[in-house]
Amino acid sequence: MDINTLRIIATVASFVVFIGIVVWAWSRRREADFNEAANLPFEQD
Amino acid sequence: MSLNNSEAVMYNDTVVRQFSIMAVIWGVVGMLVGVIIAAQLYIPELNLGLPWTSFGRLRPLHTNAVIFAFGGCTLFATSYYVVQRTCQTRLFGGSLASFTFWAWQLVIVAAAVSLPLGFTQGKEYAELEWPIDILIAVTWVSYAIVFFGTIGKRKVKVKHIYVANWFFGAFIIAVALLHIVNSAAIPADFMKSYSAYAGVQDAMVQWWYGHNAVGFFLTAGFLGIMYYFVPKQVERPVYSYRLSIVHFWALIFTYMWAGPHHLHYTALPDWTQSLGMVFSLILLAPSWGGMINGMMTMSGAWHKLRSDPILRFLIVSLSFYGMSTFEGPMMAIKTVNALSHYTDWTVGHVHSGALGWVGLVSMGALYYMIPRLFGQKQMYSVKAIELHFWMATIGIVLYIAAMWIAGVMQGLMWRGVNPDGTLTYTFVESVKATYPFYALRLLGGLLYLGGMVVMLWNVLKTASNGQSVNVPVPPVAAHA
Repeated sequence: MDINTLRIIATVASFVVFIGIVVWAWSRRREADFNEAANLPFEQD
Repeated sequence: MSLNNSEAVMYNDTVVRQFSIMAVIWGVVGMLVGVIIAAQLYIPELNLGLPWTSFGRLRPLHTNAVIFAFGGCTLFATSYYVVQRTCQTRLFGGSLASFTFWAWQLVIVAAAVSLPLGFTQGKEYAELEWPIDILIAVTWVSYAIVFFGTIGKRKVKVKHIYVANWFFGAFIIAVALLHIVNSAAIPADFMKSYSAYAGVQDAMVQWWYGHNAVGFFLTAGFLGIMYYFVPKQVERPVYSYRLSIVHFWALIFTYMWAGPHHLHYTALPDWTQSLGMVFSLILLAPSWGGMINGMMTMSGAWHKLRSDPILRFLIVSLSFYGMSTFEGPMMAIKTVNALSHYTDWTVGHVHSGALGWVGLVSMGALYYMIPRLFGQKQMYSVKAIELHFWMATIGIVLYIAAMWIAGVMQGLMWRGVNPDGTLTYTFVESVKATYPFYALRLLGGLLYLGGMVVMLWNVLKTASNGQSVNVPVPPVAAHA
């Protein structure tokens, strides 16, 4: 396989993964978990 | 994890105390060397005519001291403090944490001795010779073991890895990768080596390292600090946890590609330069994501800025972060870079990020931690924090304004061409025109250093008035 094909695949795959992360982060199901995580600094000192 | 009721487990704050105190001391030292070389640019005779005190040797001493000694100790201290408290467990690895402290101090001392003696690999921010590089690598791997080991043994009820730890973790992994790849060299002698790369590849590896040292050492690590200490000091959770995740991954995906903007109009292939430029422009988005997230955490609590000088350090640092991460992408545009490169504009840009963002956020975090580490409610003198804030802020503004004007002026003078094609100005004319701005920069640097000396006094007073306290890790809930 041409090295450039590999490069294109890696670039496109990275972009798709990033879009996936955005969709995942904004999904409603994550909301409760994120609230919990955001409060971690206040759990204990 | 089970533990006996009679013996409560304590957080390992000894190593945090050590790194915090040394951060302040190295801060004074590194900034003093900066002021000395700024003075040398104004009065060249101040190099004393000695090789060891010449500008070329003291300049890397200054950059290494402020980045790796002041910044490094701050990052060790804050990351150890934050990871224990957000994982609710003692540091992993027993005395390995203590080893990272002593080994890191040894690296700093070795740098402080070898750089003035003239031992250098000649790579910016990676000047240290190969035996010191090996010590850095060993220390860094130990740091990674302690940090990730602590995350690995976090309490069962702490399901999540808090976002600050993601940033610290990325910083630790990326710096290990960058340091090991860029420092690859063939030793020719004790304290003499040659880079494993040649020509333009060597330059590209160096600036892949150099820009990511900015991106991961001076950005990701300090964003980790921001994500813990801003919410703690404001007493409200971060504005958007979602945004923190998205801008984290955006930073990770983008930063690695921005290095070529340091090599515009060089032997580097044109397409690589353009790629670096485009990725640098994209970087504006994740950078401002972090800035906005930190700023918006203040919403509804802006009044606290009036009475809380520590919060002022943290929030003003974010404004400088926003400003310099706007300026950076702009300067990475090739046509703008044609004006700005090799001028003092670059120096101004670096210092708006270093003094404004990295410096102020470090000072804010240290002012938060130090009283708590010594069993005090607050610093010995809150008035002195206030004084430090104003000295630092006015110092930064003087410094960067002077360098902006000097830089743009130099760029315009160097490109000035007469109708017959000859240059309008000789180089020395641009040096002469820059002269007054070097005085102004020296004044700004002196103010910033003065503020740091006030901090050192305040920290020593706080430490000697209090005593080292050990904080118990909260007991495991019965169901865990």
